Amino acid sequence: MTAAQTLVYVPADAGALSLGAEAVCRAIAAEAARRKVDVRIVRNGSRGAYWLEPLVEVATARGRVAYGPVSAADVPGLFEAGWLEGAAHRLRQGEAQAMPWFASQQRLTFARVGLIDPLSVSDYTEHGGYQGLRRALSLSSRELVETVTRSGLRGRGGAAFPTGIKWKTVLEQPVGQKYVTCNADEGDSGTFADRMLMEGDPLSLIEGMTIAGIATGATQGYIYLRAEYPHAHRILRQAIARAYEARYLGADVMGSGKRFDLEVRLGAGAYICGEETSMLESLEGRRGEVRVRPPLPAIKGLFGRPTIVNNVITLATVPVIVHQGADFYAGYGAGRSRGTLPIQLAGNIKRGGLVERAFGLSLRELLYEYGGGSASGRPIRAVQIGGPLGAYVPASQFDTLIDYEALAGIGAMLGHGGIVAFDDTVDMARMARYAMEFCAIESCGKCTPCRIGSTRGVEIVERILAGEDPQRQVARLEELCEVMVQGSLCGLGGMAPFPVQSALKHFRGDFLARVSS
Amino acid sequence: MQTLSSEQRDVVSRIVAEFKDHPGPLLEVLHAIQAALGYVPREATPLVAEGLNLSRADVHGVVTFYHHFRSAEPGRHVVQVCRAESCQALGGEALADHARKRLGVEFHESTPDGRFSLEPVYCLGNCACSPAVMIDGQLHGRVTPERFDTLIAETGHILEHSPEGP
Repeated sequence: MTAAQTLVYVPADAGALSLGAEAVCRAIAAEAARRKVDVRIVRNGSRGAYWLEPLVEVATARGRVAYGPVSAADVPGLFEAGWLEGAAHRLRQGEAQAMPWFASQQRLTFARVGLIDPLSVSDYTEHGGYQGLRRALSLSSRELVETVTRSGLRGRGGAAFPTGIKWKTVLEQPVGQKYVTCNADEGDSGTFADRMLMEGDPLSLIEGMTIAGIATGATQGYIYLRAEYPHAHRILRQAIARAYEARYLGADVMGSGKRFDLEVRLGAGAYICGEETSMLESLEGRRGEVRVRPPLPAIKGLFGRPTIVNNVITLATVPVIVHQGADFYAGYGAGRSRGTLPIQLAGNIKRGGLVERAFGLSLRELLYEYGGGSASGRPIRAVQIGGPLGAYVPASQFDTLIDYEALAGIGAMLGHGGIVAFDDTVDMARMARYAMEFCAIESCGKCTPCRIGSTRGVEIVERILAGEDPQRQVARLEELCEVMVQGSLCGLGGMAPFPVQSALKHFRGDFLARVSS
Repeated sequence: MQTLSSEQRDVVSRIVAEFKDHPGPLLEVLHAIQAALGYVPREATPLVAEGLNLSRADVHGVVTFYHHFRSAEPGRHVVQVCRAESCQALGGEALADHARKRLGVEFHESTPDGRFSLEPVYCLGNCACSPAVMIDGQLHGRVTPERFDTLIAETGHILEHSPEGP
């Protein structure tokens, strides 16, 4: 063997695996063996360019050259063309980081996702990992919390509450057992940033949680992961084990004498457990019914103790903030929305995937520059932003900026940053029916407006769909939505009407123009 | 009411003993039972309740609250079809109808030969590759009705040519 070893990156991200990455990996190993060339396959995360997955990268003298979407059947031809030297091929996309779709992004939280081997602690530290924790250990708790506050970081799970304020409340509670919990119950349709991050750079989440523990005096962390993510579960558990081995977790974090322990707990398929108090109930082993607030979880949370509850992306962003400083992070963004947001493009979109950009770009730029328009080639009629409780936004409002306040200004919400596109074949009355149905399936049952209202909502929309006096039913539906919004205990019943109300507002014809069956 | 086999009793008792000192252990116990037995038999409730010092009602309430826990034995292969918005935007409802017809069952049912269970799922986090399906924990993206049939045939094939086969 004369040539040196070539590194080939084949994503082991669940999305890439869902498109055949495992078979591609086997085909590369087999073909390399047949040709007697020395290839080492690294299983990285996904770059987030899902229309190109499986996206294989070859480390060449000219950088990491990407080929995609690769099927197992393409592999012999790629070797034949000379892909190990980065040669031309119909699947060649050029250097991954130079692709215009990628080069224009501002990846802070996702800086390493797709780049490194997610389970290699040395890969992680060579790419800036654990610099945040190192710096955190040199700061006082107050300075650390102050850094997070000044960065302007707001909860990326959807509520957009300032992270530093939450941490400050926990810090100010009397000394005693405190907890850091990570809400990884990413249940919104159209969102997958948490999954990608946990599969592609789990150590950044682990580091962020450790910093949260150091900042507030919490010594135990729990990641509450949804059961629908078995692949992320395996990766997280391995990453935690490796962090323990390298003494980034445990009784003596980085030789500081400070303790932080971390474990993953699995949810069990209940959307409501993405609501923080319901998540705490579930972590305690109970039905995921929401708690009445106050007391806030920061004062009385898990097992009755002061608890930080933050989303995956929020916590995974903390290391870069602490490492680079609050001003660095706050230097990105628009208005009161500081920093960057990993936005997820999904549904009927040509180039679906993850786009991390500073707040302040327009919906239109996202959907057409990054997304390339609809997958079907038909006009995009509406997008739903922020999951099943998010409003539908019509094409006439696509110039709205991605920014918490700008979206609130048109009656929408950013939520966890998922955008689901629908082309002009969508029936918005059916989507309204689904919104109510989903709420009925997922309601925890504790309050009446949500439990009963959602079922009545399904019935009313069904009458509309059947063309039974739609005018009167629409009035009734609007009244019901109002009752649910005003009377529900938490955001599930309180927001499930948002998609319905927005559909009624922007696409009323879909409801009124039904023909009696 | 059926009783647990002695093997099942042993499995449940072992799991309860393993987790009972964890903080808030009930979900962990139920996950472990389902992983070992394929479901959480109703008859396991008293054992779990006693082992964790909970009431039977507490345990029953938790098992039935969460969609993930099954109270009846599933088919040998569990087919989950995503019903959420992103998949709907790319033909997810047509795929769900196709899955029902292909397997000849409704959602939440198993085929009479016990090979497949069909379950709805509300988002598998594969929304840039809709519509999505999960079969026995393996995720599949951009699933057309044709690809669904292929996946089902392959799953059946694995079953028929398993190591204990001819």
